[in-house]
Amino acid sequence: MRADLQIIADWIPVGSRILDLGCGDGTLLSWLREHKQVSGLGVEIDQDSIIRCIENGVPVVQKNLDTGLKNFRDKSFDVVIMSQSLQQMKAPHKTLDEMLRIGREAIVTFPNFGYWNTRRYLFFLGRMPMSKILPYSWFDTPNIHLCTCRDFERLCRDQKARIRQNTVLDSQHQSRRIIRWLPNLLGEIAIYHVDKPGTDATPSAAANTAPEATA
Amino acid sequence: MATDGTHSVGIVTPKVERFDEPLPLRSGRTLDSYELIYETYGTLNADASNAVLICHALSGHHHAAGYHSEDDTKPGWWDACIGPGKALDTNRYFVVSLNNLGGCHGSTGPQSINPDTGRRWGPDFPVMAVRDWVKSQARLADRLGIERWLAVVGGSLGGMQALRWSIDYPERLGGAAVIASAPKLTAQNIAFNEVARQAIINDPGFHQGHYADHDAYPKQGLMLARMLGHITYLSDAGMRDKFGRDLKTGTLSFDYDVDFQVESYLRYQGEHFSSNFDANTYLLMTKALDYFDPAADHGHDLARCLAQAAARFLVVSFSTDWRFAPERSEEIVNALIHAGKDVSYLQIDAPQGHDAFLFPIKPYVRALSGFLERLWQEREAG
Repeated sequence: MRADLQIIADWIPVGSRILDLGCGDGTLLSWLREHKQVSGLGVEIDQDSIIRCIENGVPVVQKNLDTGLKNFRDKSFDVVIMSQSLQQMKAPHKTLDEMLRIGREAIVTFPNFGYWNTRRYLFFLGRMPMSKILPYSWFDTPNIHLCTCRDFERLCRDQKARIRQNTVLDSQHQSRRIIRWLPNLLGEIAIYHVDKPGTDATPSAAANTAPEATA
Repeated sequence: MATDGTHSVGIVTPKVERFDEPLPLRSGRTLDSYELIYETYGTLNADASNAVLICHALSGHHHAAGYHSEDDTKPGWWDACIGPGKALDTNRYFVVSLNNLGGCHGSTGPQSINPDTGRRWGPDFPVMAVRDWVKSQARLADRLGIERWLAVVGGSLGGMQALRWSIDYPERLGGAAVIASAPKLTAQNIAFNEVARQAIINDPGFHQGHYADHDAYPKQGLMLARMLGHITYLSDAGMRDKFGRDLKTGTLSFDYDVDFQVESYLRYQGEHFSSNFDANTYLLMTKALDYFDPAADHGHDLARCLAQAAARFLVVSFSTDWRFAPERSEEIVNALIHAGKDVSYLQIDAPQGHDAFLFPIKPYVRALSGFLERLWQEREAG
């Protein structure tokens, strides 16, 4: 399994109820069902992916993530996951809010626009950065709301969401100590595990405050 | 019989089972004895774990696949999806399709003789509810030695039966495929049904449903009912593509006969249907639709109603279906999610309107066969 999915998997308690927003072909849910005995539901818009989920035995419903989350009830899932899709939402702040309404915890991954090579691309070429994980031209990209680690942390603070843990990966989805030293500069993919204290009847003992990103 | 016999179940012969144990009905009445006509495709395996039940819609019947004779020009109504190598692969599954009670294709219904009077039931045949059908289907399953269906599959009114199965007999099915269906009818749906019923009832040939005794038949009324129904099965775009404003003879007639192709088509459909369908059955089927509302017994909370279900669900809707629009399927899906059930849902882009569920549209067929395949694998594993 991809390293970022492995990290997400490590953060998920055994037997929990998972909602995976933008679940693709259900790889993560399928793995979690097998190894962590979770019950899970995927949400996806791409029909081919939906059919592959069905073939893999992963429950999946077709919904538009921008508009389709309102029917999920408050705290009806333990963890809501959104992998590499937040930057594609029409209103990422509302999506994050919805995730923390529906789930007790949320896990979000996104391409970090503060990555040094992205900055270098813009600085030296004066053009919208493109890379392996940002392969689209500016005029034809699903990534309409790119952000940096620092932006995301600011959003969490504004929304009173608590960052329980976070890490960054390189483009090979590997986590190395060197890049965790300056995450907003050296991390290409960001992963955040957040919750919203005060909205859950069982607050976690570890009351972390949001770590300040550097660079 | 069509030339391409490679993916056909071939010639099939309907069978009839007779039941003498009284069937208590939702209406409070009881059917003392009855017969069910059905067809089967494929072979039931040794542990009876490969059986799939097909539930038919308003005007459907037991003949879902194959041909009745060498000269048969048209196969069963869902032949596109039932047969060797098809979504309901008869090399693997044992597919059962019956005509529901109250029908007019061989199961006990208004055209049958009422043993108490020695005359046809006609309009006195009990109005059936979806749960009554499901109960009779469960008895047929008992008779066939099927303790548990691998899946129950149905479109439209058939989907309502699949849903009802999951509520009433949670342990007796592995999966429920609820296609182009709804958890209950809307006022608009009921309104269409009422217009159809009025067309039949007000036909001078109806004779309060005792037309057979008067050697009459409400043909015009049934024709109108079918024409109206047919419009609701198609989509605006679909009709535009198929007929546009094409003229039948090339010029406007300036009288009140057929000008446009669509008029001709509807008349043909109505004509054909009214020659092959019983008016009392049509009334009964529309009532069964109107009355269907499983959540009503559970404080109108569909999620609570489905709490007892144990099946895996596949819910499918079609983009241009306005009779049971995708939002209606999503009501079922949301209730299943709230109830914590295992559900998959997809909305298929298709121009055919409500009728789309009858067509072998690729992603739809893939989803349905993938769903069944998975149930099958897990049955083997577990």
